[in-house]
Amino acid sequence: MTALDHIRCLSIIAHIDHGKSTLADRLLELTGAVSARDMRAQYLDSMDLERERGITIKAQNVRLEYKGFVINLIDTPGHVDFGYEVSRSLAACEGVILLVDASQGIEAQTLANCYQAMEHDLTIVAALNKIDLPAAEPERRAAEIERVLGIPAEELLHISAKTGEGVAELLDAVIERIPAPKGDVDAPTQALIFDSYYDPYRGVVSAVRVFNGALRSGAKLRYVQARQDHDAEEIGVRLPVPTPVATLGPGEVGYLVAGIKEVGQAKVGETVTDANRPASALEGYRDPKPMVFCGLYPVEGDDYADLRDALEKLRLNDSSVTYDPETSGALGFGFRCGFLGLLHMEIVRERLEREYDLALVATAPNVEYRVVRLDGSVEVIDNPSSMPPLNEVTAIEEPYVTVILLTPTDYVGTLMELSQQRRGVLDKMEYLSEDRVELVYLLPLGEIVTDFFDQMKSRTRGYASLDYEPAGYRASDLVKVDVLLNNTPVDAFSAIVHRDKAYDYGRKMTQKLRELIPRQLFDVPIQAAVGGRIVARETVKAKRKDVLAKCYGGDITRKRKLLERQKEGKRRMKQIGSVEVPQEAFVAALRLDE
Amino acid sequence: MFGVYVHVPFCAHRCDYCDFATWTDRAHLIDEYVDACVEDLQRRVANGQPDAASVFFGGGTPSLLEADKLVRILDAIPRTAGAEVTVECNPDSVDAAKFAAYRRGGVTRLSFGVQSMRPHVLAALGRTHDPANVQRAVALARDAGFAHVSIDLIYGTPGETMDDWRATLDSAIALGVDHISAYALTVEPATPLGLAVAAGERPAPDDDDQADKYAFADDTLSAAGFEWYEVSNWALPGHECRHNRCYWDGSEYVGIGAAAHGFTGGRRWWNTRTPERYIARIADGPDAVTGDEVLAPAARVEEAFGLALRTRSGATVGRAAAPVIGQLASAGLLTVEEDRIVLTRPGRLLASDLTARLLLAGAPG
Ligand SMILES: Nc1nc2c(ncn2[C@@H]2O[C@H](COP(=O)(O)OP(=O)(O)OP(=O)(O)O)[C@@H](O)[C@H]2O)c(=O)[nH]1
Ligand SMILES: C[S@@+](CC[C@H](N)C(=O)[O-])C[C@H]1O[C@@H](n2cnc3c(N)ncnc32)[C@H](O)[C@@H]1O
Ligand code: SF4
Ligand SMILES: [Mg+2]
Repeated sequence: MTALDHIRCLSIIAHIDHGKSTLADRLLELTGAVSARDMRAQYLDSMDLERERGITIKAQNVRLEYKGFVINLIDTPGHVDFGYEVSRSLAACEGVILLVDASQGIEAQTLANCYQAMEHDLTIVAALNKIDLPAAEPERRAAEIERVLGIPAEELLHISAKTGEGVAELLDAVIERIPAPKGDVDAPTQALIFDSYYDPYRGVVSAVRVFNGALRSGAKLRYVQARQDHDAEEIGVRLPVPTPVATLGPGEVGYLVAGIKEVGQAKVGETVTDANRPASALEGYRDPKPMVFCGLYPVEGDDYADLRDALEKLRLNDSSVTYDPETSGALGFGFRCGFLGLLHMEIVRERLEREYDLALVATAPNVEYRVVRLDGSVEVIDNPSSMPPLNEVTAIEEPYVTVILLTPTDYVGTLMELSQQRRGVLDKMEYLSEDRVELVYLLPLGEIVTDFFDQMKSRTRGYASLDYEPAGYRASDLVKVDVLLNNTPVDAFSAIVHRDKAYDYGRKMTQKLRELIPRQLFDVPIQAAVGGRIVARETVKAKRKDVLAKCYGGDITRKRKLLERQKEGKRRMKQIGSVEVPQEAFVAALRLDE
Repeated sequence: MFGVYVHVPFCAHRCDYCDFATWTDRAHLIDEYVDACVEDLQRRVANGQPDAASVFFGGGTPSLLEADKLVRILDAIPRTAGAEVTVECNPDSVDAAKFAAYRRGGVTRLSFGVQSMRPHVLAALGRTHDPANVQRAVALARDAGFAHVSIDLIYGTPGETMDDWRATLDSAIALGVDHISAYALTVEPATPLGLAVAAGERPAPDDDDQADKYAFADDTLSAAGFEWYEVSNWALPGHECRHNRCYWDGSEYVGIGAAAHGFTGGRRWWNTRTPERYIARIADGPDAVTGDEVLAPAARVEEAFGLALRTRSGATVGRAAAPVIGQLASAGLLTVEEDRIVLTRPGRLLASDLTARLLLAGAPG
């Protein structure tokens, strides 16, 4: 156990790509936690998906030792979808390093994450990063930070996470400025689970921060909300290699394995205490509210049970995913899943496919609607296909969000145009500095979850950023557009859209599907309909030739391999009625404007 | 029926569409190569290779070899009485003396790579011969006493009109040959054609155009007395190529020469790809095999099903796929003849799709 005054607990927070994980690399090096030989860029980004995409998806904690201090560091993700990872990391800390890219300046998640840290009353050690870049403008950015966030320029550190310049000074400032944790080792034990993942060999592994008392290996622990007792099989710390310890005292951060196999018994936000001397629960977390929904279906119906198991396990790892069984006329048995955003949805889907070896079909994403029936009853609908006929409803309400856009002044015009096209209402416009503007819009969430983000990025050459938060429901003139393949409605492609956009949606979706659906043995009509009236129509003509015509002499092996590939291709197609639809069609159909 | 395939990996010129194992700059290897083929054969014969009912010299361009060299190889192959011996020929590299020597040496059948009888189509394919050469070559073959002459055609080359294709078929029939193979132009990635198509410099062949031309060929050839016996092959009755049949019906064969494939003792195997390595491997002994596979019983059944379905005899089926077979039959893609299914003309054009579909439905019986 380390004395409290020699412990610091902090998270690194920033906008996406401002260099959090790279700074973590330098800190791992500086403190000798990872040797030069074992170092690799963004060391803590250990998931394949993180490494491929170059972004952090899951917060990671590590224990560093430096100048006699124990520093519990959490590297957090910067993408807007993963704000929840940040908020739960903050609950295990007394302070944060707030990084700001010295060439980009303050962006949307800089603000959002900084405000979160302020709400938690955390000490903020702010640093300008990437000062090695020729485009860095440290003075100007410092002035901006001072004006917008109220952090005095002289308190700002200037660092390069790439070269290591200023990193040692930053670590000294962390030790000096961030308060030591408080806690009483003699009080009843209280430890907060701020992350949990499922390990197929060990069961549930939880990341914990001890507030009072101590976690001891072998002790009988009580999980307060789950009302269950478990033995502490192993407790340990990440150095970053997981290393067992006998005890974790107040202020310490580590991991806990307690032989828990069942999903839902070691939830994030759970308080762990001593079964023989229980304490009350710490303040947990509000469960994050999913914003975007889609149906996930196995390509092969037989995989339904596997998908359910996979979702169960994944949810322990990522409690922000929700799922409920549903049945689709076209797709069979599957789940309606809720996500924090589009990137989150994409990533969950990819993880399910890779980590659980499933082939999945995802339906178009949508938001939750509130439907007011004629008798005044209100129903929440997260699936377009459960939308009642329009003559049975008096109103359909859709969720709105307050969107904060930060942009260089040059792009204000194009962003206003985009927001207006998406039915946005301007709420506020403010200059953060002479060349940077904050726009606040009230926008239907449903307009954001299509391709708003991509459009914003391409219109501003990547310079604008956005953040959003829920702003309640409002009635809108919405209709359901049905898409029919071979005269059968396919819920995967149908959507609820504003009446003015129904025709446009139908036309784009049918055209896209015509490109994506391969020719079949017969003509396949593709139609879009609103309330039974066809608004767009395309046809995939029957294919007439699919044969190896060339002579390959005695090379039968090659013929057979081609046949194998063809069979595999067919297997990966989703059979909708008699039409074979490739999985890519479901994904690409979500990107109607490309 | 046992067969021997001999690969001759030399050509005078590389056609734009061709990805066969063949080289245009290695004529200096021919003598050593022929020696290596003979050596390979002698070892196999010493190890009990059965008499061949069919021998096929394929390429590349076997007719590039001087006749005595080709006959040396043929002499090293013990054959049954009345064995079929085919030599693939390029119309540019033949003459009366060569054909006479082939005849004396035991060759019974010639196959000419004609591709098209329209000069602009030949140019688009990167072929060097002109249609007049074809007439001359076939006449020489007949004069030399060959009763079995086949030609290869390619249809659906971008730029080839339906009239061009009709003219090619009419001239082909007028040549008086007894066997015609017609292949849809296939774009192979690692060829000049493939690269040009990938770069957008040349159009890709059109599936619908090729389907139309296939139907037209089938009509025209049928009217002239030819019958289809495999997706891409038509023959006068009784004049089917025996060697082709042996690939499709699961007979055993050995492959001699670079890149040649064999199938013996339930094992598919293939030789090293380049002539240099073939020569070196044979010198080192015992053979030049570089890869093989023994198929699991299920894969063998599927492979045999796929091959059989391409032929006029069709494939035998069990009960499992009855519903799928029923649907495909009522869509006019196949006919059911007792326990066999045979593809119709539209069905043949979709053979790859249908085979995969039927296998997934558990069709083989
Ligand atoms: N030139 C320069 N590049 C840097 C510096 N710090 C980070 N980068 C680069 O910026 C990019 C993003 O760095 P990351 O460390 O992955 O950023 P992050 O904040 O962890 O990103 P997310 O976790 O996805 O939010 C990478 O290409 C880094 O190499 C720096 O100080 N100077
Ligand atoms: C291996 S070649 C041998 C014939 C000889 N070398 C010649 O071309 O004159 C056999 C036949 O395959 C066909 N062929 C080769 N490549 C092809 C392709 N890419 N597409 C369609 N047919 C092809 C041609 O009809 C060719 O005549
Ligand atoms: S098609 Fe025939 S002649 Fe042309 S390169 Fe290929 S093998 Fe040689
Ligand atoms: Mg990161």
